[in-house]
Amino acid sequence: MRTLTFAQALNEALKQEMRRDPTIYVAGEDVGVYGGIFGVTAGLLQEFGEDRVRDTPITESAIIGSAVGAAAAGLRPVVELMFIDFIGVALDQLYNQAAKMKYMFGGKARLPIVMRTTCGAGMCAAAQHSQSLEAWMMHIPGLKVVVPSTPYDAKGLLITAIRDDNPVVFIEHKMLYGIEGEVPEEPYTIPFGQADVKREGTDVTVVATMAMAHKALTAAEELAKDGISVEVVDPRTLTPLDVETIVNSVKKTHRLVVVHEAVKHGGAGGEIVASVVEEALDYLDAPPKRVAAPFTPVPFSPVLEQVFIPSVEKIVAAVKEVVT
Amino acid sequence: MSTDTEKLLWMYTNMLKIRRFEEKVGEFFAAGKIPGFVHLYIGEEAVATGVCAHLRKDDYITSTHRGHGHLISKGGDLKLMMAELFGKRTGYCKGKGGSMHIADVDLGILGANGIVGGGPPIATGAALAAKYRGTDGVAVCFLGDGASNQGTFHEGVNLASIWKLPAIFVVENNMYGISLPQTRSMRVQDIADRAAAYDIPGFVVDGNDVIAVYEAAGEAIQRARAGEGPALIECKTYRYRGHFEGDPMVYRTREEEEMWRAKDPISRFETKLMEMGVLNEAQAREINERILAQVEEAVRFAEESPWPAPEEVLEDVYTV
Ligand SMILES: Cc1ncc(C[n+]2csc(CCOP(=O)(O)OP(=O)(O)O)c2C)c(N)n1
Ligand SMILES: [Mg+2]
Repeated sequence: MRTLTFAQALNEALKQEMRRDPTIYVAGEDVGVYGGIFGVTAGLLQEFGEDRVRDTPITESAIIGSAVGAAAAGLRPVVELMFIDFIGVALDQLYNQAAKMKYMFGGKARLPIVMRTTCGAGMCAAAQHSQSLEAWMMHIPGLKVVVPSTPYDAKGLLITAIRDDNPVVFIEHKMLYGIEGEVPEEPYTIPFGQADVKREGTDVTVVATMAMAHKALTAAEELAKDGISVEVVDPRTLTPLDVETIVNSVKKTHRLVVVHEAVKHGGAGGEIVASVVEEALDYLDAPPKRVAAPFTPVPFSPVLEQVFIPSVEKIVAAVKEVVT
Repeated sequence: MSTDTEKLLWMYTNMLKIRRFEEKVGEFFAAGKIPGFVHLYIGEEAVATGVCAHLRKDDYITSTHRGHGHLISKGGDLKLMMAELFGKRTGYCKGKGGSMHIADVDLGILGANGIVGGGPPIATGAALAAKYRGTDGVAVCFLGDGASNQGTFHEGVNLASIWKLPAIFVVENNMYGISLPQTRSMRVQDIADRAAAYDIPGFVVDGNDVIAVYEAAGEAIQRARAGEGPALIECKTYRYRGHFEGDPMVYRTREEEEMWRAKDPISRFETKLMEMGVLNEAQAREINERILAQVEEAVRFAEESPWPAPEEVLEDVYTV
């Protein structure tokens, strides 16, 4: 099958959906002429014109807020927040307006909004351009939270997000844009709330998202040499969360390690571990472990950043701890 | 012109210092020695220089992602700056901040900022502190044309206005916010027009003329020190480099860039100083060489400095 980069897969999803549905428009900073700071919206302006591909001023609150109004009035906005770190500038429009409107109105609003954004460390972009804030988003009822790790998942999940009638926060890890993988040419969807078993194994379940899914796979490869069989589960969406697939895996392996790049304290790992403990405590042969970033802002210096980001070695060590 | 010779030469030297420092930063970024995002100020040196020429150590500034020029103008140490850009432990922020978060609180520099529009409310707060303590200190907020569209700009300026705070908002209008030209980010031609909405004075200045900047800033800062409240100064200027190093610059023309290079703030000022008899060729060469030596020293310091130790990642999160 043909291969695309993660960024190209997203780009193709946007183009195919925009061709299908004229109510979809794209807006954000530098999404038009520049084609997106990471190139995800390249070529959209040329194909769809300025009405549908809107370069905005630096005005995150209005980018997201206008998407709320436009969606409530019948359009399907796909807006870009250049870095998830900027969400604070616009948060009210997302969590008090977009997320709650349907509920507050007794079900009488429909808000098909996609907010695409980037997260993650790895390019020395420092404390305000490197964060992983998916747990904040998970904590807000009314939002769906998508965290793809492969080009295939990225395309299918973005198409699902665009067709969903709810506000969706679609988080792209910036270190994944260049990775390649097989991607079908035709449009396809991947249902939300369906985890993907990226590697089958019998000794331990490692749940990992985005860039960490890749590190978990590398760790699994290394651990296999030591005779440890690792099952890697990628939830793909955090809201809804496919607890069933994770629990079924743990029932098979009896051990659990959760990996994410966000800080451990208050992170998604706590929710995942708690869900497994609630439903499958009796199956666990060892206390679950979390591998995550320390409770600090993201440091700039490459040497500190590499300490901050969970490493393959840390995953390997955590797995060895739970299996012995 | 009444500005004394010493001040004129300081401004000339300062602009050159920014330029030479940043040229070196650009080189080291290209060579892979400076990581992360680097936004250079080259072409805009007259703005920070003309404004900071009036500031004292106890005055505050807030800076931006394009902050090296502000830091240098407020007295920042080139060695500590360069070491920070390299991510070394001896840098201004112990390697934790990098270019976008460089700061020296002791010099009243409340930081570069990775959030566009992060500065205005902070400058308003620093101005509040100056007034509250009964000093005649001021706070200067540097921000871009793009940043002036953020809600925080409106909120910060309005608050400074109603509380009559000694805050000066200096918009560095380089005509673009990344790829978006000012003409497509707002309807007004002069951002200074927005001052009327807050009932504060607005100045439009040729930001490539350091004397023009110096004069407007002098008036605004004097008013602020006298308790007459904030002002908005718009400096029209241009960045020579891409938005960040590595920017392909598809959104502007080489002709436009050439046009602005012809209005270079440093060579214009140099010519003027020579005409005035304040500077001659030999002095100019000597100043340039002195600066180059300082920059080289900063590079050596940065290169020879140690990396932070891994456990330092955990330090400085809270005050204990
Ligand atoms: C809140 C926020 N939104 C967007 C960005 C990304 N960004 C960084 S600099 C920049 C352009 C800023 O333009 P302007 O204020 O005119 O300053 P200039 O870069 O031209 O000096 C943008 C959009 C950011 N850092 N923070
Ligand atoms: Mg600008």
